[in-house]
Amino acid sequence: MINLVVLPIIVPLFIGTVLLLFRKSLLAQRALGLFGAAATLVVSLFLLAKVAEDGIQVVTLGSWAAPYGISLVSDMLSILLVATASLLTLLVLWYSVYSLGEKRELSFFYPATLFMLTGINGAFTTGDIFNLFVFFEVFLMASYVLIALGGERIQLRESMKYIIVNVVAAALFVITIGYLYSITGTLNMADLAVKLGDIGSMGVISTVAIMFLVVFGIKAGIFPLYFWLPGSYYAPPLPVLALFGALLTKVGIYSITRVYTLIFTTDVAFTHDMLMMLAIATILFGSIGALAYMDVKKIIIYNIVIAVGVILFGVAAFNEVAVTGSVLYLIHDMLVKALLFLMIGVLIFITGKTNLREMGGLIRHYPVLGWTYLVAVFALAGIPPLSGFAGKILILQGGLEGGFVWQSIVVALSTMVVLLSAIRIFIYAFWGAEKSFNSPPKAKYVNRMIPVVILFVITMGYGVFIEFLMPLFQATGTQLMDSSLYIDAVLGGEK
Amino acid sequence: MKSNDLILQTSTRVVFFIIFLFSIHIFFAGHYTPGGGFVGGLLMASAIVLLLLAYDFKTVKEVLPFNYLGMTAIGMLIALTTAAGSLVFNVPFFTHWYDYFDFPLLGKTSIHTAMFFDIGVYLVVVGITLTIIEMIGGDS
Repeated sequence: MINLVVLPIIVPLFIGTVLLLFRKSLLAQRALGLFGAAATLVVSLFLLAKVAEDGIQVVTLGSWAAPYGISLVSDMLSILLVATASLLTLLVLWYSVYSLGEKRELSFFYPATLFMLTGINGAFTTGDIFNLFVFFEVFLMASYVLIALGGERIQLRESMKYIIVNVVAAALFVITIGYLYSITGTLNMADLAVKLGDIGSMGVISTVAIMFLVVFGIKAGIFPLYFWLPGSYYAPPLPVLALFGALLTKVGIYSITRVYTLIFTTDVAFTHDMLMMLAIATILFGSIGALAYMDVKKIIIYNIVIAVGVILFGVAAFNEVAVTGSVLYLIHDMLVKALLFLMIGVLIFITGKTNLREMGGLIRHYPVLGWTYLVAVFALAGIPPLSGFAGKILILQGGLEGGFVWQSIVVALSTMVVLLSAIRIFIYAFWGAEKSFNSPPKAKYVNRMIPVVILFVITMGYGVFIEFLMPLFQATGTQLMDSSLYIDAVLGGEK
Repeated sequence: MKSNDLILQTSTRVVFFIIFLFSIHIFFAGHYTPGGGFVGGLLMASAIVLLLLAYDFKTVKEVLPFNYLGMTAIGMLIALTTAAGSLVFNVPFFTHWYDYFDFPLLGKTSIHTAMFFDIGVYLVVVGITLTIIEMIGGDS
């Protein structure tokens, strides 16, 4: 089956389209929506097994030879992200069956989510820079639908901002691709890497590299460009927020990782130093935000920004250990952010409030939520046996090996901020004197907790059994640092 | 609208079919000359918009009782199925195929699977355009 690479993209697209035909039936929407995400997860796990066994998988669409047709490339990094994205979409859809409300569910929620998964999987998989732009637009269009879904006042305001920022970023993306195309005359990423390697170091190429950093930085939320993120992510309903927080910024991070390890490696001293500075600034400003708020959603949203900085620090350090650590931490962060947002969702559902000062004493009535939340916070901060640890320690090791001493210290200290900001939610909401809430029925709480607990178990398993997964991540690091593997797979491996 | 639209309505009856045929022509010409599914679809949509201008929503809905959202979905499915046919033959996704056929009236003609993809595009463009116009212009 040579088309296995394509399946994680077309399965959600197909089922999302079929869902448009049954827009009135709640049962069909829920069943097919969950089935679509589950099927995507199954095919991406097959592909993961295939990539782990046989190396990088390539399909060049339409049987045209590599630099002329569009290549879809599945290396370890892309398939790990595709599998994680599909898993999270499945669990968040399951959660939203219980929490979103019928009216929103019937307003194209499931098709839009599946189309967003299509775009995200496509962006992770594509080997063509213009095709990357197209897949960016696919998931952005779907995310415009999701952010405005329900049409509350705050959603209209924030979706307006979100759309304007992303339209500007998209225009800049096209312009940047135009520059790159006028320099090299090709759009295929592997071919670009070869051509730019031949040209060598040139001022205009560094300029284009920084322009790509700006474009992807707007999506990823790095330091001067994250201004839209806290407001826009505050607006949509919680399942949507969980999807956005876990997946959307990560596409930006993936794109930066891809172009800065594959294409723009000729002038590392300039481009990667720039990335390093921005990553450190992102961590600092994210930390300020995370400590400043007493609003549960805002605290976790600013934690996204901190994690973006930590991951990009690993990419900027640009050695195999640090990049491997970045990938480990990236997967961990997707899992744990989705988990935290869903838990916050249950918390807000119970109390009906988002301000921490109005909560208290929940541990007596909701012990499962309380203790799983505490462990999830420890995982987020990276306390040893849990999932954040292995990635961060490798990032720090790589950073020190690269000679970035004070930067590594900032990254290590950011752990304290993360722990402090997230543990405050535990202290305020679960400890202390009980405040009166109009507590919802127990059955509804249990329904919501099932997908949350499943995700919790997966996240913990990812941390505890990381030893068994390490070969996959080491392969990822090797593939990322040795771009000739990617180039040979795309350009050399024609069958 | 109370005013008498006799001239507009009568000329629309004629012009509609001209635009309709031109849209079909542009669609089939797309492989060798400028045109194709997107332009053809827009022309078809503009023909229906002309009908909407001359008559009202209810009349047009009676004459053309389509569910435009469903049309969009079916167009997508046609395009996707055409591309996914390659899964059956185990060739790379989107690989197209063509051959020559003898038809009773048209004679020897080549059929290329890219045309079926374009039919999908055509339906999506018509469906989306009219969904938008229906949503904005239709009475709430």
